[in-house]
Amino acid sequence: MKRRVVITACSAITPIGYRKEDIIESLRQGKSGVKPLRDDGLLTDHIHSKVFGTVDYPIDYGFTRKDTKTMGPVAYYACQVAKDVLAASGLDQEFISSGRLGVSFGSTHGSPTVQRNIYKTFFSNLESEFSSIGAVDYLKSMVHTTAVNITRMFGITGRVIASSTACTTSSQSIGFGYEMVKYGMQDAMICGGADEYDTTTVAVFDNLLACSVDYNDTPECTPRPFDSKRDGLVVGEGGAAVLLEDYDSAKARGANIIGEIIGFACNNNGGDLILPNLDGITATLHLALEDANIKPADVGFISAHATATKMGDVIESQAIDKVYGNGPWVTGLKSYMGHTMGTCGAIELILSLYMMEQGFLAPTLNLESVDERCAMLRHVREVTETETRIAAIQNFAFGGVNTCLLIADGRE
Amino acid sequence: MTRDELKEKIVAVLVDEFEFENPGLTDNLRDDHGFDSIDAIELLAKIEEMLGFRLSRKEKEQAMSIRTISDILDYIETIQSSRST
Repeated sequence: MKRRVVITACSAITPIGYRKEDIIESLRQGKSGVKPLRDDGLLTDHIHSKVFGTVDYPIDYGFTRKDTKTMGPVAYYACQVAKDVLAASGLDQEFISSGRLGVSFGSTHGSPTVQRNIYKTFFSNLESEFSSIGAVDYLKSMVHTTAVNITRMFGITGRVIASSTACTTSSQSIGFGYEMVKYGMQDAMICGGADEYDTTTVAVFDNLLACSVDYNDTPECTPRPFDSKRDGLVVGEGGAAVLLEDYDSAKARGANIIGEIIGFACNNNGGDLILPNLDGITATLHLALEDANIKPADVGFISAHATATKMGDVIESQAIDKVYGNGPWVTGLKSYMGHTMGTCGAIELILSLYMMEQGFLAPTLNLESVDERCAMLRHVREVTETETRIAAIQNFAFGGVNTCLLIADGRE
Repeated sequence: MTRDELKEKIVAVLVDEFEFENPGLTDNLRDDHGFDSIDAIELLAKIEEMLGFRLSRKEKEQAMSIRTISDILDYIETIQSSRST
């Protein structure tokens, strides 16, 4: 059994906005969501990079304690976007709790905020501190906390997949959800990812000399994918979800089809856990095209992983060049909000959908002087009004995991 | 602490921290207020805070038969009385 898998709802909480209109405006106006790194009272002073892709607007969650008692900050993002897609979908509760709807959702490492509070007790001999480790702290912090808080909040009884592969978390979530529906294991899947404000992630990349440090006084000028003056990535926060459905069911119930997943690939470099790998990435891009049964020339736009690290962007450029040449337009969407980690694939897919629907492509922000090693690509340098039917969303993670999602617009 | 004072404190905790609406002494905690196993564990932590000492494993297990607010009051009074003897 192979079924078409369509996208019938999406929602994203991003550093450049939450509502679709806000995000589109940011993309069109070149507004950055990168802000000064908030003080966490612990690590901030020791981190060289002082910038962060920040969600700094209020969100009216409207959750009750019944919902929130098992939720850390990461689950707030996850449940909010899941709530949005279910509301937009029009699916009834009977279907939602039928076992035919599943959840494929992840985060980099659950809730670091809650984990940090637990760790504090390690450095205290006080009995009262020990008993402060709440029974629900595990539920709030565990690696599958986003997925199961979604199932709990909405009474979802289908399959749960909780990918946790750093930067490919949500692209895997969407890819695995796509396969669930495509092969008939589930009729619909809520897929995505979330990651909360967390300085430990910044510290890790900072210590690896992979974080941006040269633009601490001008946060909006970094990250700078493909630019000759790029100096590393910027960590960010957010949450994003898409609802995937079997095409026939969606069509039959009159759902609003906003896009289609036509291909997915995921592989591993089989070696180094940090360095980007040209062969591994190239293979992923080929595998996705094979899965979608399309030619490279069919792809009009590539949302590149493009974290703005020194080598990552070069290797990705080489891989795109090998597979596509300079045919498709290329944008590094992290230039607007930094690297939202486990959320980035889902956010970048949703931003690509928005642009396809609106008939434009946003340029890579801060791309002023293209690194000559990345210059062979067809970079989007300014807002470009163009129709895109098929787009590729590429993501690569620590651990050598590579993903590529191919999406088509919602038009028949 | 009199039973009335205890009742006042427990009801305040249930309203303020567990978002109970109009709790009654004989309401079924689960059916009427959606109180679940997670809430039970959290309430025990609140009771420990209120009593100023940690409950033993055995004392905590005794709390598993609590069904109403009245049961909570009985439970706390029993603990207090057994500790004072």
